[in-house]
Amino acid sequence: MSEKVLMKGNEAIAEAAIKAGCRFYFGYPITPQTEIAAYMAKRMPKIGGTFLQAESEVSAINMVYGVAGAGYRVMTSSSSPGVSLKQEGISYIAGADLPALIVNVQRGGPGLGGIQPSQSDYFQATKGGGHGDYKLVVYAPASVQEMADYTIKAFDVADKYRLPVMLLADGTMGQMMEPVELPDAEIKEYDKSWAVRGTQMKREHNIINSLYLNPEELERTNFERFEKYALIEKEECLYEEYMVDDADVVLVAFGIASRISKNAVNEARKQGLKVGLIRPITLWPFPVEPLKKAAEHAKGFISVELSMGQMIEDVRLATECKRPVALCNRTGGMIPSPEQVLESIKKMLSEVK
Amino acid sequence: MAKVTFNTDLCKGCSLCVSACPKHIIQLAKDKINAKGHSPAEITDQQACIGCAFCATMCPDCVITVEK
Amino acid sequence: MKVFSKPQSLTDAPLHYCPGCTHGIIHRLVAEAIDELGIQGKTIGVAPVGCSVMAYNYFAVDMVEAAHGRAPAVATGLKRCMPENIIFTYQGDGDLASIGMAETVHAATRNENITIIFVNNAIYGMTGGQMAPTSLPGQVTQTSPYGRDVKTAGYPIKVSEMLSQLDAPQYIERVAVNNVKNVKNAKKAILKAFKNQVEGKGFSLIEVVSTCPTNWGLTPEKALQWVDEKMIPYYPLGVYKDKDAEGKGE
Repeated sequence: MSEKVLMKGNEAIAEAAIKAGCRFYFGYPITPQTEIAAYMAKRMPKIGGTFLQAESEVSAINMVYGVAGAGYRVMTSSSSPGVSLKQEGISYIAGADLPALIVNVQRGGPGLGGIQPSQSDYFQATKGGGHGDYKLVVYAPASVQEMADYTIKAFDVADKYRLPVMLLADGTMGQMMEPVELPDAEIKEYDKSWAVRGTQMKREHNIINSLYLNPEELERTNFERFEKYALIEKEECLYEEYMVDDADVVLVAFGIASRISKNAVNEARKQGLKVGLIRPITLWPFPVEPLKKAAEHAKGFISVELSMGQMIEDVRLATECKRPVALCNRTGGMIPSPEQVLESIKKMLSEVK
Repeated sequence: MAKVTFNTDLCKGCSLCVSACPKHIIQLAKDKINAKGHSPAEITDQQACIGCAFCATMCPDCVITVEK
Repeated sequence: MKVFSKPQSLTDAPLHYCPGCTHGIIHRLVAEAIDELGIQGKTIGVAPVGCSVMAYNYFAVDMVEAAHGRAPAVATGLKRCMPENIIFTYQGDGDLASIGMAETVHAATRNENITIIFVNNAIYGMTGGQMAPTSLPGQVTQTSPYGRDVKTAGYPIKVSEMLSQLDAPQYIERVAVNNVKNVKNAKKAILKAFKNQVEGKGFSLIEVVSTCPTNWGLTPEKALQWVDEKMIPYYPLGVYKDKDAEGKGE
């Protein structure tokens, strides 16, 4: 095993991407993710890779589209307002079935919002984000180590299924420093015969495209893509369960909110309260099964979020509204304290008795 | 001797070859309609063709092949 | 001996363009240049959004369909990961000079080693004839029904003149395809724009003054005359920048 080094979350993403074989990075400065670009600017020229500061987020994602069309590992990163700008390109990448990694180190919104951490791009990340019928696989790391691990995983899943993958972090995760281990990633080779690298006069021309003027054809490609999504739902869903088995109240939280929630669970247990945590690691596919199972014994759920309540809708759907689902939240760059979460737990327990 | 052939099915009858021909020996067929529903271009006097390929140069649809 | 036939770098797919639309001529010139340089097997084209959106069906080279205006960014990605390949974009005036102006200017100022074929016919064709960034003052379109009023809609953008003010680009020329002589000049310019890329010289953009008989409301032949009478006086043909001629080739 390689040794642990102290790194910022943003830097861990960048170095992990390089370990995963990504040699092309296109970005545009925006707080709080600029360290990724700065790290790439320093590292890429030294390893024969490309760092390019694009003229806009829109251009950056379209440069990604170009490299992805050629079948090489490629990424961009941004923060909320910048990711909104990238949605056009992400939709095209999804529509052309291309692999790529998009990192969103979220900040508060809407509009220009603020520069403090947030989770209010959950809807955008998990429900498609741009126009049309499509999904991204969305990873929500909860530590600097996971920032690295799921960056590597994201590139593999993107290649395996030929689709864009998002790493959804937040300002806290991006800026926080923790010890991290960066082992050399095993890079699997996938078929790239669809890529545009020149015909070499040996085959028919390849076309990277998302335009289907024939509605029957467009419907068929959408049906086929959703068959792929169904497979991903079965194969790629990741989550962590913490003290859920006997829990009366189950917290559901991801990323930074899950760390606060875990503290609250520990404190609640000390006070003799049966509380557990389900932490989605993939936000799409959303861990429906463990929630459904927990709904058989838990009396209520609390969605802990840095937003006005977005994931809570998926919690309600997963539990089929069999149990009450409460929201414990802060927004606009504010972060709930473990005490606030504990209060929510106690309130829920008093209501569901 | 120069020879001009038209891939008639591709012709859209735009006439750009007609006006480009310095010998005025191309016209739109008066009695024919192609698969696209256009009156296709045709040569009226093959003997008079000088093989300048002006017609093919102005044709937007690669209808015309010129041989010499 | 064949003195003129369809170039190999065009597929057999019939073009969907309206009768007399000069897109077909420009497609052919691009394909001829690719053939003559022997680069078909390593060329990748980027199609725009607009009338030539389906250019990917017509060029017998690997193709990418880009979002509206983003072709130079897509081409940048392609070129950066495959510097030995030849990358070109084929874009109309709405795509390049309106929604994609930022991508165009920045690809130019990076002297990105790509070739851009910019088709200027002063109108949005695909959507049915709306005012373009290059529509002439007074030009009647669906969205300038009383003629383009420069007081409210501004003046046309002269892309070649504007880009030639940048230090970086290698080669910028404006040509037309409205008569045999102009087509031959256009061919030379397009060939040079590809050759520059093969030689690693950098950004080359050829603005091709083209027609839109359908939306101009003219016959194809009258449309060619309109290019001479209206378009070329506003958009003079010629070389706007050539670093080779300046002795500043990189």
